[in-house]
Amino acid sequence: MNLGSEVVGIIALCFAAAFTQNIVLTTFLGLCPFLSVSREVTTAAGLGVAVVFVMTFTCALDWLAYRYVLQPLRLEFFRFILFIVIIAAFVQLVEMIIERGSVTLYQNLGIFLPLITVNCAILGASLFMVIRGYSFVQTVAYGFGSGCGWLMAIVAMAGIRRKLANDRIPAGLQGPGIAMVIAGIMALAFIGFSGVLQGL
Amino acid sequence: MTARESAARQAVLDGLWRNNPVFRQILGICSALAVTNLLLNTAVMCAALTLTTAMSCLTVSLLRNWTPRRVRMMVQVLIIAFYVIIIDLVLKAFWPAMSDNLGPYVGLIITNCIIMGRCEAFANSHRPAPSFADGAFSGLGYSTVLLAVAFFRELLGMGTLFGIAAPFFSTAWDKWIIMVMPPGAFFTLACVVWFLRSRQAALEEAK
Repeated sequence: MNLGSEVVGIIALCFAAAFTQNIVLTTFLGLCPFLSVSREVTTAAGLGVAVVFVMTFTCALDWLAYRYVLQPLRLEFFRFILFIVIIAAFVQLVEMIIERGSVTLYQNLGIFLPLITVNCAILGASLFMVIRGYSFVQTVAYGFGSGCGWLMAIVAMAGIRRKLANDRIPAGLQGPGIAMVIAGIMALAFIGFSGVLQGL
Repeated sequence: MTARESAARQAVLDGLWRNNPVFRQILGICSALAVTNLLLNTAVMCAALTLTTAMSCLTVSLLRNWTPRRVRMMVQVLIIAFYVIIIDLVLKAFWPAMSDNLGPYVGLIITNCIIMGRCEAFANSHRPAPSFADGAFSGLGYSTVLLAVAFFRELLGMGTLFGIAAPFFSTAWDKWIIMVMPPGAFFTLACVVWFLRSRQAALEEAK
């Protein structure tokens, strides 16, 4: 395989992770914050950016740990615990760094970081990466693409929900119910992107 | 004796109906929607989750007096992960096809908020037996809603139930492929939540 087609492959992977295989709309990961933190566009965007950042790096770290520690030791079943610990430690570290480094960034992003530890999209991306046997570069592209997909979905969701704020919704469907209907329609739209990928 | 009986009643009612984790608290749907396109996958997933929740709550409750408060989250995650690893290994060994079907979702039970929620809200401060019951019925509450979702998705999308062709739906019915695809999961769960919440509101009004 030459360099050109490899680059196209990586871009396609990244694109697929963000659109056709969108982590929240097709694999249902990270749904809890997706439904509960999507009332304000700015908060949604803040959490989304934090997810992109954490997901890209934890996927890379988890890949390294899986390939160079767990596989040589034949301790693959231990990956759940190791991945969770890596994610928790990484989030803690980032929190400490931005707390020292930038006050404004900490105020904007800091409150979202602890939430991310329990975001199943982060662990899910790492588990998918193991199951699909990605290389290191593919893993980084996949982590970044998935994070961007999550960011796009939650920002769009927050925008739509703000528009709906004054509409009359049946009592039983208010809140999470209508959010799920919106998510379903968004999922339909995102499936439409699969044609783009076939053309690539 | 009556006090204990009412506590047991409460655990059952809360888990299955009043505080149902899925349609009341919207917890734990992350790892759940993906497996509801087939009833069989859903049933296995529900069994795994109920088992993990009940056993984790029991263990957390047993260890509650020896766990320092500051590290209790980490301890809880490790306890949950321990049970999930056992389930994952058992599935891989005895039912590899199912293990492939469920993919990463068995591992994702670890981050299922129902378990952490029950451990933190109940098992942390109660004796082992009630904690076990609380965990088990929360798990069962989750299972009933999920099985309902899976029932409609498989029936309308594929015309089968547990993989067996259903009368009418497998022949005359024009299959709704969308139901077994991701959007169908959202629509079906929204309808189930809608129905159950309306029922609940109507019952409360009638009281």
